[in-house]
Amino acid sequence: MNTLELAKDKISLGQRLNRDEALALYEDNDLLYLAESARRLKEFHSGKKVFYVFNRHINLTNVCKANCPLCAYQCRSGDNRAFTLELSDVEKILRDAAQVSEVHIVSSLHPDKDFSYYVDTVKLVRKTLPYVGINAFTPVEIVNFAQISGKSVVEVLSVLIGAGVTSLAGGGAEILSDRVREIICPKKCSASEWLNVMRTAHTLGLRTNASMMYGHVETIEERIEHLLTLRDLQDETGGFVAMMLFPFHPDNTELGKRFNLRRVGSWEDLKMLALSRLVLDNFAHFKAFWVMLTLPIAQLALSFGADDLDGTIGEEKIIHAAGAKASAGITRQQLEKIIAEVGYRPVERDSFYNEVI
Amino acid sequence: MFVKGELEKIENKILRGERLSREDGLALFACNELSWLGALADHVRRRISGDTVYYNVNCHVNLTNICAARCKFCAFGRGVEDRGAYAMTPDDAINLVTEASRDPHLTGLHIVSGLHPTWSFEHYLAFVDTLHKKFPALHIKGFTGVEIQHFANISGLGVEEVLLRLKEVGLETIAGGGAEILSDRVRNLLCPKKATAAQWLNVARTAHKLGIKTNASMLYGHIETLAERVDHLLTLRELQDETGGFQTFICFPFLPKNTALEHEIKQTSMWDDLRTIAIARLMLDNFPNVKAYWVMLTVPVAQVALSFGANDIDGTIHRENILHEAGATSPRSLAEDEIIRIIREAGRIPVATGGKL
Repeated sequence: MNTLELAKDKISLGQRLNRDEALALYEDNDLLYLAESARRLKEFHSGKKVFYVFNRHINLTNVCKANCPLCAYQCRSGDNRAFTLELSDVEKILRDAAQVSEVHIVSSLHPDKDFSYYVDTVKLVRKTLPYVGINAFTPVEIVNFAQISGKSVVEVLSVLIGAGVTSLAGGGAEILSDRVREIICPKKCSASEWLNVMRTAHTLGLRTNASMMYGHVETIEERIEHLLTLRDLQDETGGFVAMMLFPFHPDNTELGKRFNLRRVGSWEDLKMLALSRLVLDNFAHFKAFWVMLTLPIAQLALSFGADDLDGTIGEEKIIHAAGAKASAGITRQQLEKIIAEVGYRPVERDSFYNEVI
Repeated sequence: MFVKGELEKIENKILRGERLSREDGLALFACNELSWLGALADHVRRRISGDTVYYNVNCHVNLTNICAARCKFCAFGRGVEDRGAYAMTPDDAINLVTEASRDPHLTGLHIVSGLHPTWSFEHYLAFVDTLHKKFPALHIKGFTGVEIQHFANISGLGVEEVLLRLKEVGLETIAGGGAEILSDRVRNLLCPKKATAAQWLNVARTAHKLGIKTNASMLYGHIETLAERVDHLLTLRELQDETGGFQTFICFPFLPKNTALEHEIKQTSMWDDLRTIAIARLMLDNFPNVKAYWVMLTVPVAQVALSFGANDIDGTIHRENILHEAGATSPRSLAEDEIIRIIREAGRIPVATGGKL
């Protein structure tokens, strides 16, 4: 039996794929085989349910000291695009957010704001919306908080949990390879730092998401190794809630210009989604983040292993800065229709995939 | 694969290379097994047309948007006095094609237009004559069955004579449009002033008899029933059995924006688009090619359609007019290298067709 046959055999028996088998499936490029297998695994985890969350994104600032070549969002202070929300601005945003079940806060690494700014923001959200899930900060931000406050990662996380954070965002993983990170985000936390924040959070009972950004300078082997790294940590802690895949949007980025990159096609998006679902057999939930994929492809992703369309999202800034074409907000009715159209049952969820009633 | 009962029987028929019945077609439309449908269509596609995907470097020439038919599903047609009404002169057409032929790879023209209320058949002939003389190397595909029937009506010549005269001045193949749904119930409601179902079929039959290849199409997602879609496919299959003169089948999802049906009918979902293309591939076992027309499907969906039975993605187009009047969100043209990249990402072999298909 060759590697591909072995991989298909394992899939039909519900066994775990190894690195070479995942690579063989990638090379085989049989999109609908991957789709059907991933969809069955999705239904094993979440049946006919497809989740969405009524949430609100808050990006506190776009002023950033990391200046990653992969990013179209960040800018320097003094740039005419630069903005930084004050607590009073956040208060205003929250006034329209009384109905949401999750507030999602991710931001750039502001060069001057100290840790208390972020803690106070979380406290404000918690005070205004006592029962809301606060899914906030990527490990990249957590490492930054540790650096600027002189605290350890454990201390930073403990302070944030005390202030009201209920889960960590999954971003900033990009590709967990220091070779790749050196090119696409040299000033961000390293692969091992990212993993360490996640491991520490899980140990403290703080659950998190995970992600992968693909379609830039990484090799296919590096994508697969990234997935295996996440799978190992999930085996160890069980603390990951959901996985998200981000295709790299090259428009307006230095990385895109330098390597003359183009956004990968929908084929690659759907293939990576299905393959990731098959490799990450210990992840219950996969998001098809419609802002990244556009609504039609996100709908299609539901038959490629995704079980979550993410949120209704008030206003998305980061990916739109890089040329994302999906509209910046969507209603509950639209999301429910998209899900029902493909034969699944729409379920409004909280941060932990509990049904919101 | 993973289906049972009636669907399993259909699957076995398909795998044995047997022809599907009307009941089978209806069952396929009734099932919600998208990736199963796609995988079967992909299997049939591979058997019929291998791994090549056709595209062409072409230029659309729409001589006029002034139209006597004014079908309800059309956002392109205008009255003579309407704002935005235009009628090209032969010089205008030459200028457009001259501009497009700055691309040395340009190989084909695609000429479709409104049914101008005062132009004579000779006037249309003169366009073809002029373009063919000026650009003898370009393949001219022109006029739908609806236009040919219109020429027969206004000239008093029979369909056969019209086709012969067009062939004489340089027309090589007939476009596939105007079939809409080949049901007089639907046509009476949507397009009562243009060729009937029988007339459209007669044009195709006559052309095939004269050795002129034609395409065929289906406009779906308006007021037709699913049974009417199946019957439409069967009608085309029957004629193809008789003549063998159809080259390519093209699915057109109805785009409602700016049409008379805008407020009654919602645009099809990508889910419907993909299952329709897959079912068409499965039903039309005697058609060599199935086209995923990227203008209507959008580029990401057209790319995915390559694994749902399509083996043609249409062309670069130069400047699309008709569907952009109906709110098409795709670009007006595609670069050849982009088309090649899309096909290659899907693991297939791009082949330029020289404008024929």
